[in-house]
Amino acid sequence: MVKLPECIEKSDYEKTLSSSPKNETSSQPCDITLALAGNANVGKSVIFNYLTGSDQVVGNWPGKTVDRAEGNLQYKGQNIHIIDLPGIYSFSTFSMEEIVSREYIAYENPDVVINVLDASVLERNLFFTLQLMEMEVPMVIGVNQMDIALQKGFQIDTEKLEKALGVPVVPTVATRGEGLQKLIKKAIKVSEAKKIPKTPIEYGGEVEKVIKQLQTFLESENINLGYSNRWVAIKLLENDPEINRQVESLSERAIQFSNYLALELEQIHNEPSFSIIASERYALANRIAAGAQERCEYKISLSEKLDKILIHPLYGYFTSALVILGLLVWTFVLGNFISEIITNAMSFFQPVDPAMSGPVLAVLWNGAFGGLVAGLTLIVPFVIPFYIMLSYIENSGLITRVAFMMDSFMQKIGLHGKALIPLILGYGCSVPAIDSTKILETRRERLLAAFAITFAPCSARTIIILSLVAIFVSIWWALALYVLDIIIIFVMGKLALKAMPGESTGLIMEMHSLRLPSSSVILKQTWNRTKSLTYMVFPIFIAGSAVIQLFYVLGVLEPISNFMAPLTVGWLMLPAFAGILLIVGVVRKEFVLLTLVSFVGTDLSLALTPVQFIVLALIGMLYIPCLSTISILIREFGVKAASVISAANLITALLVGGIAAHVLSLFL
Amino acid sequence: MSSEKILSESTEEYLEVLYKLSLKERPVKTTNISSMLNISPASVTQMIKKLEKEGYVHYSPYKGVTLTEEGYKVASNITRKHRLLERFLHDVLKIKKEKVHDQACEMEHSLSDDAERALCHLLKNPDECPDDEELIPVCDFKFETCEECHKRRQEEVNEVGKRDKNLVSITDMKKNEKGKVSFIRGDYKVIRRLMDMGITMGAQVSVLEVAPFKGPVELLVRGSHLALGRDIAKNVFVEIIRETTSRSGGAVSYG
Repeated sequence: MVKLPECIEKSDYEKTLSSSPKNETSSQPCDITLALAGNANVGKSVIFNYLTGSDQVVGNWPGKTVDRAEGNLQYKGQNIHIIDLPGIYSFSTFSMEEIVSREYIAYENPDVVINVLDASVLERNLFFTLQLMEMEVPMVIGVNQMDIALQKGFQIDTEKLEKALGVPVVPTVATRGEGLQKLIKKAIKVSEAKKIPKTPIEYGGEVEKVIKQLQTFLESENINLGYSNRWVAIKLLENDPEINRQVESLSERAIQFSNYLALELEQIHNEPSFSIIASERYALANRIAAGAQERCEYKISLSEKLDKILIHPLYGYFTSALVILGLLVWTFVLGNFISEIITNAMSFFQPVDPAMSGPVLAVLWNGAFGGLVAGLTLIVPFVIPFYIMLSYIENSGLITRVAFMMDSFMQKIGLHGKALIPLILGYGCSVPAIDSTKILETRRERLLAAFAITFAPCSARTIIILSLVAIFVSIWWALALYVLDIIIIFVMGKLALKAMPGESTGLIMEMHSLRLPSSSVILKQTWNRTKSLTYMVFPIFIAGSAVIQLFYVLGVLEPISNFMAPLTVGWLMLPAFAGILLIVGVVRKEFVLLTLVSFVGTDLSLALTPVQFIVLALIGMLYIPCLSTISILIREFGVKAASVISAANLITALLVGGIAAHVLSLFL
Repeated sequence: MSSEKILSESTEEYLEVLYKLSLKERPVKTTNISSMLNISPASVTQMIKKLEKEGYVHYSPYKGVTLTEEGYKVASNITRKHRLLERFLHDVLKIKKEKVHDQACEMEHSLSDDAERALCHLLKNPDECPDDEELIPVCDFKFETCEECHKRRQEEVNEVGKRDKNLVSITDMKKNEKGKVSFIRGDYKVIRRLMDMGITMGAQVSVLEVAPFKGPVELLVRGSHLALGRDIAKNVFVEIIRETTSRSGGAVSYG
């Protein structure tokens, strides 16, 4: 589940890619292009970080929401370009990651592919290796996590593995840097020799016969898709829709023949051909793995004991709750603390409250500066600590345990266990939360999660609730608002599910062994994430805040506010200036509060009744996502979806706020 | 599937001939059968009596033979396969017209229904067979149109394996019990993903943990720990492997 957010350099990448299909993202000429491939969570990113150091960029694959991490390595005078392919289990077309990886290998022809394996789950990893070998690319295998395998009682003979596969194999422990020098040396050697494993690993009897038949036929039809014909033959037999389409456009006869052969196989086994091939490939992987590993004495390790508790039917809920709470407390307590320090430090230079009068330039400057402070007080105190903690929870494998325990609850709003993570993030800040919906499989699920997130009380909204209601009404009303918000999330989640019906993806998730993540990976991940967020959020904060304050001074907001009066005064029963508060609050929710203070002074109770406090807090909490949230919604889901979500927010806010105003005024 | 009852090749051959002849005359005279199959009338009568016992035909001496409903079903199915095969041999493999009949006769008996369906797709739903331009009987699949049938072949396989009575869903497995995956049903993509993750036919799995409140199930398969949501897990069926000797006591049998 190691996911990095996409970066702002996306467009730059697209440019470089469209101008030259080969990798020349770096200005220096590259002698060798090396790709890292393998299952998820095998330590690829650790190796990538070790090899590239600080010289790396995380972008996006053109047109896809899949991260593309690449970097450079200077090794003995050679400039090596390294690309970290997403972690996948197979080369089918059921996920973007798989398509991106196989097309990269076929069309961009890396000089060598390093296939990283998890030594503790050798058989499953070899399933992928075999597919990679079928693609006939020059490759080297790094058997990583040898230490964890040993802890689990597997002793792996890499020499035997090398003999069985016919590909150089290097044992590594990436977290300690062991074996990586040797791995890169072998990789360079292979890339220079352009050595493609000559003898493909053969399947059993009739399957192999059928593959060969089809391969020969494809050759006789002169089919060349950029992939090896053996691989194409296997994919055709596996009924791969993409390859089917490509071959069909070249030779319909080939498709007919492959259908015929597939049927022949299906007749023998009484199973669909894709199932036969998967079974055969696993049988092969099993044989190779069994030949190369030996069971040895082992003790049940600490991580296994811990695991027993983490997913225990009873204790598991406590530990899951602890993880979630820990993340929230860590972010809030630490965040608030640092946020205050920064705000104080900045106000030393310049007042951070919105300026509502004065010369235009001064107002612009004040607005821009206020935006900068807003950005700083969001990113530095809340986002960075949050990302660090999140990275830990992700990389250690803790997150999979929490998702495991929480799956049944999340299913109620059409999402599976993994969607809990973005939702928790939403309590901190919606922007990284929406960014992290990438871990979900389908766009529909990402959208559902993002929608729920926009209702979650982020730190800014919490501040509004606390300072308006808790201080001027009572702490119990503030808590009630929090509870109401959770109910609203649930109800809206249900409604969204009704509006976007469809099959919800069930959970299929590998629970890799728990481990202490390497801090260099954590820091680099945090850095990359923060960087991409900063690029996006800062300009919006600075420009948005300046423009809105300017509008106010120029008197543009006044008429809008008056125009909104029937709604704000009539329906919501708020003072007339509330319209301005809400417009200003779109930039950043705290501005609602700051502007209010600049209007009426610090004793807000003089201007508002308790009901008005509650209604204003409610509206502020729900009414529209802030500018940076809207912009990430647009980036991830497009303008249309972003507007629908914003509109849904606004309508909910007005409905709930109005009802609250009318009902509460009867009691209070 | 008609393969539940395995019919002998000669039974199928007789039914096929009866199908063809009964288009012209009903009941069919045994002498016509014997001349068509080139077999003595005596052995034809003997075989017909056997078929009658099995419920495929009605036979009244001196009048002739008529197909029962069941017999007609089998007969049209085998005829369909025969004629589709002829088309295939002729159109795709370019075998001469004169030779396709004998070849098809050999192949028709071992052609599965799935294969028949795919053949029909491959040949783009043909109407006639090549040698004597006779009509190909319609298929007995439950599809409204050929188009619908096509789509299903391309996209969805919603079941793999055969569901036997002795199979247990993995959600019903006890902890540390071992089972052999024998039947999976559900969304096509999910089935493909499961197979990529190692849950293939015949793979050995055991349950490590089950989350309460209908939560997911944690499995051990091919050395890896896999969590499956309940809705997916309940559609994976296994044959329980009874361990005769439990040497290791179960506790250390995974890792």
